[in-house]
Amino acid sequence: MGKTFVEKILGKKAGKEVVPGEIVMVEPDRLMSHDNSAAISKKFKSIGIKNVAYPDRIVIILDHCVPAASEKYATNHKVIREFVKEQGIRNFFDIHNGICHQVFIEKGFALPGNLILGSDSHTTSYGAVGAFSAGIGRTEMAALYATGELWLKVPQSYKIVVTGKFPAGVSAKDLILHIIGTIGSDGALYKSVEFTGETISDMSVSDRIILSNMSAEMGAKNGYFAPDDKTREFLKGKTDEGYEEIYPDEDAEYERILKFDVTNLSPRVAKPHTVDNVSHIEEVKGIKINQALLGTCTNGRLNDLEAAAKILKGKKIHPDTRMLVFPASQEIMLEAMKNGTLQILAEAGAVLMNPGCGPCLGAHEGTLAPGEVCITTANRNFKGRMGCKEAFVYLASPETVAASAIKGEIADPREVI
Amino acid sequence: MIKGKVWKYGDDINTDVIFPGKYTYTVTDSNEMAQYALEDLDPDFSKNVKQGDIIVAGKNFGCGSSREQAVIALKEAGISAIIAPSFARIYYRNAINEGVPLLENSEAPEHIEHGDEITIDLDKGEIINAQGKVFKFPPLPPSVQEIMNAGGLIPYVKKKRMTEVG
Ligand code: SF4
Repeated sequence: MGKTFVEKILGKKAGKEVVPGEIVMVEPDRLMSHDNSAAISKKFKSIGIKNVAYPDRIVIILDHCVPAASEKYATNHKVIREFVKEQGIRNFFDIHNGICHQVFIEKGFALPGNLILGSDSHTTSYGAVGAFSAGIGRTEMAALYATGELWLKVPQSYKIVVTGKFPAGVSAKDLILHIIGTIGSDGALYKSVEFTGETISDMSVSDRIILSNMSAEMGAKNGYFAPDDKTREFLKGKTDEGYEEIYPDEDAEYERILKFDVTNLSPRVAKPHTVDNVSHIEEVKGIKINQALLGTCTNGRLNDLEAAAKILKGKKIHPDTRMLVFPASQEIMLEAMKNGTLQILAEAGAVLMNPGCGPCLGAHEGTLAPGEVCITTANRNFKGRMGCKEAFVYLASPETVAASAIKGEIADPREVI
Repeated sequence: MIKGKVWKYGDDINTDVIFPGKYTYTVTDSNEMAQYALEDLDPDFSKNVKQGDIIVAGKNFGCGSSREQAVIALKEAGISAIIAPSFARIYYRNAINEGVPLLENSEAPEHIEHGDEITIDLDKGEIINAQGKVFKFPPLPPSVQEIMNAGGLIPYVKKKRMTEVG
């Protein structure tokens, strides 16, 4: 019987044949952490070891609260900068670089066949290039700093097959919201999810990241895309390290195979306060909004900003609405500057912010007031997520967010393109 | 044996309502975390929770962020165990690494009410509700049990290191 992707990669890392349910010890190729590295360093020091085992496997990116919003945050960053120096961690990216997952991918740390663990739930993102990547806690990261190894359970696998061509105004974000709305926020709990099908082959790596990123929102351990020419092209110039692509066997066994067709897909919106509370645009159209947010590790890439700019070009954001734009990285910001995208967004009345997480987790700028409504391209709409438990967060595509910003209410992007 | 009073909640209790994101970098002291536990869901909780109390909830408990504060805040508040039909995977790992038992059982929550006094026998793998009905939960795999027995991952790594050094 053939093996799924996760059985193959965990087997390779464990140095033996593995089956679902088995617990294996593995040595990850890379470890990712962000502003929580200060807490990790403290935990690491409590173990009583002086030096981290493999400094070159550690990647630290400051993004969650950048620039620091208060003395506490500033101190948090300072602790990390000192730790990085003292431990000789070369792969450190300070506050100007952007959101951890985007920077990690851009700088060529996410490679096919790699095993990556990160102390952030959306570490699943790197599956878009054919890596195994999963989120862990900060204590586990501290233990990994010390020993370089950690236990993982070999999960069962699901296959999600997607066919059809996207209609105009509908994109990868609508697809993943539709999938999560269908199977539920625990629909793939503990599972390794493999995305495949003609729609996936047609998709850019940037759009595949939206799907692997939000695999975390259906409870998945990881979300995988088989590397192809698009992946190889995407990685060109990002790394000079070799990598080994790993594919599932044709006769691999899946616990479930789910099929989706995007031919007639309409824009989708996840309503407060759970990601699987998904509606067709028609049901939520007309709900007044106070803020529109374009950005985050889900939808802050160049093509997302461009999709929004296309809709906002020559138009003005509704006077009762404010729009915030956070490019996912400095590289993206510079590209969007050069090609005029940022100019279009600013002329429409959007506030251009620095690359970073922004209000996504409610710990920094751009937070909401009680009773306010925000439509965002982010991946979570939990109660209190944007800093206020009495506010309402709706999740949508860049197209829907841009259309809504113009109208001052949730709007169907197909009506404005 | 664990004996305690039950705090009962619904499905998909996420890490943002267990420990709000806005405090993740400003509240760093474990004791202080307890006072914000479940703030956005049940303001009553942190005021009235007692040492040894037990949380019984619906499916997918702990979904969302990887933040460990969502385990630590409940542990520091006094919670001795959590029972649910399923747990989000990072939350599950975090709890093991903090030494907090999470017990998977899909039937028990239907037969336990808010405020009930219930008993848990970790060795036998049993939950006993207020009416004396017994529910079984699967034991942890031995390698994971070892981490729990050491009191969490950090004590476990320390212990292992001491034995290796000799
Ligand atoms: S953008 Fe939001 S979801 Fe992504 S890493 Fe930052 S806080 Fe997390």
